[in-house]
Amino acid sequence: MELVLSIAIGVMTACGIWLILRPRTYQVIIGLSLLSYAVNLFIFGVGGVKSNEPPLLGDGVSVSRLADPVPQALVLTAIVIGFATTALFLVVLLASRGLTGSDHVDGRSDHR
Amino acid sequence: MIAWSQHLITLPILIPLITGAGLLFIPDRQRLSKAMVSLAATITLALVSLLLIELSRESNFDGVYPLGNWGAPFGIVLVLDRLSALMVALTGILALPVIIFSLARWHSAGAHFHSLYQFLLMGLNGAFLTGDLFNLFVFFEVMLTASYGLLLHGSGPLRVKAGMHYIAVNLAAALLFLVGVSLVYGTTGTLTMADLAERIPTLEPDRRMLMEAGAAVLGVAFLIKAGMWPLCFWLPSAYSVAVAPVAAIFTLMSKVGVYILLRLTMLLFSEGPSAGFGSEVLLYGGLATLAFGTIGVVASQALARIGAYSVLVSSGTLLAVIGLNNTAATSGALLYLLSSTLTLGAFFMLVELVERGQDAGASILAVTMEFYGEADDDVPDEIQGATMPATLAMLGICFAACAVLLSGLPPLSGFVAKFVMLSALIGTGSIGVHPSGPALLLVALVILGGLATLIALSRAGIRTFWSSIEGTVPPVLVMEIVPIMLILALTAALTIRAGPALDFMDAAVHAIANPSIYSEAVERAAPQPPWRDKTLQGSGE
Repeated sequence: MELVLSIAIGVMTACGIWLILRPRTYQVIIGLSLLSYAVNLFIFGVGGVKSNEPPLLGDGVSVSRLADPVPQALVLTAIVIGFATTALFLVVLLASRGLTGSDHVDGRSDHR
Repeated sequence: MIAWSQHLITLPILIPLITGAGLLFIPDRQRLSKAMVSLAATITLALVSLLLIELSRESNFDGVYPLGNWGAPFGIVLVLDRLSALMVALTGILALPVIIFSLARWHSAGAHFHSLYQFLLMGLNGAFLTGDLFNLFVFFEVMLTASYGLLLHGSGPLRVKAGMHYIAVNLAAALLFLVGVSLVYGTTGTLTMADLAERIPTLEPDRRMLMEAGAAVLGVAFLIKAGMWPLCFWLPSAYSVAVAPVAAIFTLMSKVGVYILLRLTMLLFSEGPSAGFGSEVLLYGGLATLAFGTIGVVASQALARIGAYSVLVSSGTLLAVIGLNNTAATSGALLYLLSSTLTLGAFFMLVELVERGQDAGASILAVTMEFYGEADDDVPDEIQGATMPATLAMLGICFAACAVLLSGLPPLSGFVAKFVMLSALIGTGSIGVHPSGPALLLVALVILGGLATLIALSRAGIRTFWSSIEGTVPPVLVMEIVPIMLILALTAALTIRAGPALDFMDAAVHAIANPSIYSEAVERAAPQPPWRDKTLQGSGE
C-alpha cells in the first residue's frame, strides 16, 4: 500500500516537473495539475496510510487505530484552492492565446 | 470574557473581506459608490491598524485571539504581537494612499478592481496575523489569487505574458508550500506555530531530519515570494508591467515572504539542536540577491524596472540581515523594511506620473483601452478635476526625495535605517570585537547598492527632468500627487521620530527572539466559555 502510494506520487511528480518545463502553455497547465495531484496524495500520506479506520473517536475505537483527520481536512482545502487557481490559470492561458496568437509560454511562435 | 479590544484583532481581516464581498454586488457602472465604499473601508482599516499598534505596545503581549473560542493546539489562533502589528499597520498605511491614487484613473481600467484590492489586503493582514501554518497557506493563497487578478488589471499583451509567468511560478511555489507544511505536520504532529516552537527542540533525531527537510521546502516557497536570487527572475517583469497602484501594493507582498521567514526562523530555530537552521542560506542568498538587484538597478533603463530591482535590493538586504541573526541589526532592518516599502510604493506611483508624458507610458495605456473595449468612454483621457500647479517642480521634488530615500542618503529615513543596520553590523562601541566576514561583506554590498541606486536614479532623473526632448509636461491631478507626498511626509516623520520607532522595533525583535514568550501567550489564551466567567473572575483570573 505505502509502496504503491509512493510510486504513484513519484511518477506523477516526475511527469509534472517534466511537463511544466515544456514550452507550451497547455503542457504547463497539465504539469501543474499533475503536480497538485501528487502533492494532494502526499499530504494524505503524511497522516499514515490506513484503510477502513474512522477519523473520529467513538465507542469502541482505540486512539492508536484512529485515522488522522487533520491531513484529510488539509487535503480538502488544498484541492479546493488548487481548482480555483487552475481555473484562473486557464483563463489567463486563453487570454494569452488570444492576444499573441501563440500558445508558447513567452507568447512568441517559433513556427512563423 | 474577552476584552472588547481583543476583538479588534479580527478587524484587519474582516473589514476587507466583508467590503470586498459586498462590492461584488454593486455593478461596475456605479463606479463612484464602489470607490467610496472601498475608500471608506480602507480608511477604517488604516485607523484600526494604528489602534492595533497602540494595543500591542501597552499590553505585554496578550494579543492572542482564539477563533471560534477553541484553544490553541486544536483551534486556530490569531496572534498580534509588535511585529505583526507593525506589518498590519504598514499594510493599512500604504493601502490608503494607493487607493486614493487609483481613484484618479486606474481603478476604472478593468473589472472588480476594488474587490480584488480588498481581498489582497485581507490576505496580507491574515498572513501577518495568523498563528497557524496551514491558515498561513490559506491567507497566502487569498493574497496570491487576488494578486493574479490585480496584475492582469488593465490587461494588454505585456501584462498577460508577465501574469502567466507569475501565476505559474506562484502555483509551483504553493505546491512546495503544501509539501513543506505536510512534512512539518507529519513529523511534529502540529501546525500551530507556538506548539511547533515547543516541540521542535525536543524532536527525536530521526524525525528531525525529515522536519528540517520540510522546513527547507517551506522556506523555498517563501523565498520565491521574497525574491531571493535564483528564484527571483519572475519579479522584475511582473512588478514593472503592473499598473502603478498595483505595483505599489505589490511591494508589500514581497515583504510577506520576508516577514514569515523572520518569524519562523526566530520562533522555530532559535533553540535546540536545530538552532540556526537555514540561516546560512538566508545570509548568502540575501547577499546574492543584493548583488543581483544592484546590477539590475544600474543596468535598467526604464524607471519601473529600476523600481522592481530596488525591491530585490531591499529583499536581499533584509534576508541577509535575518540570516546573520544579530538582534540589533534586525531591529534596524525592521526600520529599513518600513522605510523601503513606503518609498518603493511611492516610487512606483511616481514613475507612472513621470512617464505619462512620454510615449512608452501612453502607448501602454492606449493598448489597455483598446483591449478593454467597452471602457473607452469610461476612462477619462482628458483631465477631470484639479490639476497640479507647477507639475514638473512637484514631480522633480518627489523624485529627488525617492532617490534620497532609496539610496540611503541623509536626511530622510532611508539613511537612518541603513545607519542603524550598518552600525550594528560593524559593532561600534565594542572595542576588540571584530565584525564577522559575512557582516562586513553585507556592509560593503549595502553601501555599493546605495551608490548604484543613486547613480541609476540620477541618470534617469537627468534624462527625464532636465534633458527631456519633447518638453511636454504630463497632466497630473492633485489626487495623484497628494498620496505620493503623503507617503514621503510619512518617511520624513519616521526620520524625526526615529528614536521611538527604533525603540518599538527593539521591543518587537526582543519579543520574537524569545519563543517562550510567544508560546506561553498562545497557551494562556485558552477558550473561555461564558458559563465559566464567574468562576474565572472568582479565582482572580
